[in-house]
Amino acid sequence: MDWITIISTTVKAAIGVETVLYALAAIGINIHFGYTGLLNFGQAAFMGVAGYGLAVTVAVMGLPFWLGIIVGLAAAVVLAIVLGIPTLRLRADYLAIVTIAAAEIVRLIFRSVAFKDIFGGSDGQRGFSDGFYALNPFPEGTYGIGWFSFNHRLLWVLLVGWILVGISCGIVYLLMKSPWGRVLKAIREDEDAVRSLGKNVFSYKMQSLILGGVIGCLGGFVYGLAFASVQPDIFGTETTFFAYTIVILGGAARVFGPVVGSMIFWVLLVLVNGLLSGAVESGIITFMSPVQVGPVRFILVGLGLILLLVYRPQGIFGDKREIAIDAR
Amino acid sequence: MRAETTTERKAAALAAFKDLARDPGVPKPDPILVVDNVVRRFGGLTAVEVEHVEIQRGSITALIGPNGAGKTTFFNQLTGFDTADGGTWAFNGNRMTGVPAHRVARAGMVRTFQLTKALSRLTVMENMRLGAQQQRGENFWRALIPSSWRGQEDAITEQAEELLARFKLDTKREDFAGSLSGGQRKLLEMARALMVKPELVMLDEPMAGVNPALTQSLLGHVKDLREQGMTVLFVEHDMDMVRDISDWVIVMAQGAIIAEGPPDTIMSDARVIDAYLGAHHDAPLSDKELEEQLHEAEEALEAEIEEETQK
Repeated sequence: MDWITIISTTVKAAIGVETVLYALAAIGINIHFGYTGLLNFGQAAFMGVAGYGLAVTVAVMGLPFWLGIIVGLAAAVVLAIVLGIPTLRLRADYLAIVTIAAAEIVRLIFRSVAFKDIFGGSDGQRGFSDGFYALNPFPEGTYGIGWFSFNHRLLWVLLVGWILVGISCGIVYLLMKSPWGRVLKAIREDEDAVRSLGKNVFSYKMQSLILGGVIGCLGGFVYGLAFASVQPDIFGTETTFFAYTIVILGGAARVFGPVVGSMIFWVLLVLVNGLLSGAVESGIITFMSPVQVGPVRFILVGLGLILLLVYRPQGIFGDKREIAIDAR
Repeated sequence: MRAETTTERKAAALAAFKDLARDPGVPKPDPILVVDNVVRRFGGLTAVEVEHVEIQRGSITALIGPNGAGKTTFFNQLTGFDTADGGTWAFNGNRMTGVPAHRVARAGMVRTFQLTKALSRLTVMENMRLGAQQQRGENFWRALIPSSWRGQEDAITEQAEELLARFKLDTKREDFAGSLSGGQRKLLEMARALMVKPELVMLDEPMAGVNPALTQSLLGHVKDLREQGMTVLFVEHDMDMVRDISDWVIVMAQGAIIAEGPPDTIMSDARVIDAYLGAHHDAPLSDKELEEQLHEAEEALEAEIEEETQK
């Protein structure tokens, strides 16, 4: 078995592009679900409209990079408002149904034949990230020590990505310590009580939906820029479910829960993948073909999550007392 | 006992009610809340149909009625938690028809709930702080700058601590509200409502599920609200409590108000007896019956003791 490769890919996964973009998506979900109690199952759509907003503005319309970012952010805000207006006055379950449907609608529009000229069908769009790499302060080359090294492009993406994660965590920390965050947490507990105390619940839910959507949409930018392309199927429902898994893994309603959850999630996936394929290649495991390793790692990670929920339902950072109260 | 609790405010409230007629919808000298023709239908069922009612400022008014009379539904209409099919109501002379719940609360009309709504995974202190109005830190942008709301937060905390001390919850301030007992949650809900600084407090069954030891203290707190110049309207089933603390009683049955009157005499009103209490509600068992029951109980006890000693 090639231990060096297994270890290096695993360590790199801890801070890699996937970790960053899922951390951002999960921070958004954490604001929705962890703090406000909104069941948003359409986080992938927020990432999608941002990624495609950037891609279409730059690649199709030929406008500058910064304008693309603004269009992407605006698209996420608009999506939040469009989803929120009809559903936020209703019970929580309706938001879940509508968001999961909306996310699929958004994905299907992106990959539809009718809009192939704009969104590029199932191939997606590419060639819109030059403006981002033009800002790269690192000269061409490889940075790092031994196997722990990245090329200048990846380093730039990771630096920007982790700064975004840091800023997002900072904002969440400040907000959730404030009276604003208190209203959100109170809404999670009981909307009517909050209403009876003179707070405009609808407005706060909308603010929460927009904030979480905008932070999640940063993940869409990171994906588009890191891989210099967007494809519709990247923004499918499983992306949202991974983000939920990460939030629960890290501990809901904890500032760093999504970040650490994302690191653990990707480290586990990559490590299990490396170990299994290494074992299959070197003939230690004979009952599995290399192709089967991919699905099996998800089975094993899923099993791990079930065990986590059984033995540590509050997640890594959660407070056991809170879980006990939840069983009212 | 009665004489001790009679205070100036109570006397003033009682004086206001002194010469009023006992008819439903009788005009009060200084109403804080005036309700006209409120109707709420659920399909074919008319849950509430109140022609006219006025709530006297500075009094404790009880709203009683059999189960399903529409008391809570009536509350929901007035506080904006439900949309009435028709009617108007005014609080302090301002029309409140169709005003959303949070604005009703801001106007000074704050309610509690029959099923207590403590915010379980918030601490007692956070529950209290939430009640304060016009908090600068509840604005998204200002929330990001702690220095803009810290001062106000400290003032709110101080106010909350005073209230918690009054309600004997100060030792629980950092506990999750979900870990409190049922009675303590009722106390917390009432204290939290007071953080809004309301003029009219509407309590939906404040005594439901509260153990007898806490009942007395809760009663004291309700009376205290009047002492501080607030008006109280409450729904209650416990007749002893209604007699003890209310200045005026409004009786609802099948969605309509059928009678009003002072608590001492309302129970003997024929309309109330018919609609609600049944013929024997107020008549205690006759002396003879009482003696018989006592005798039976004693015999049963003696028999039990004998059995024990024979073992």
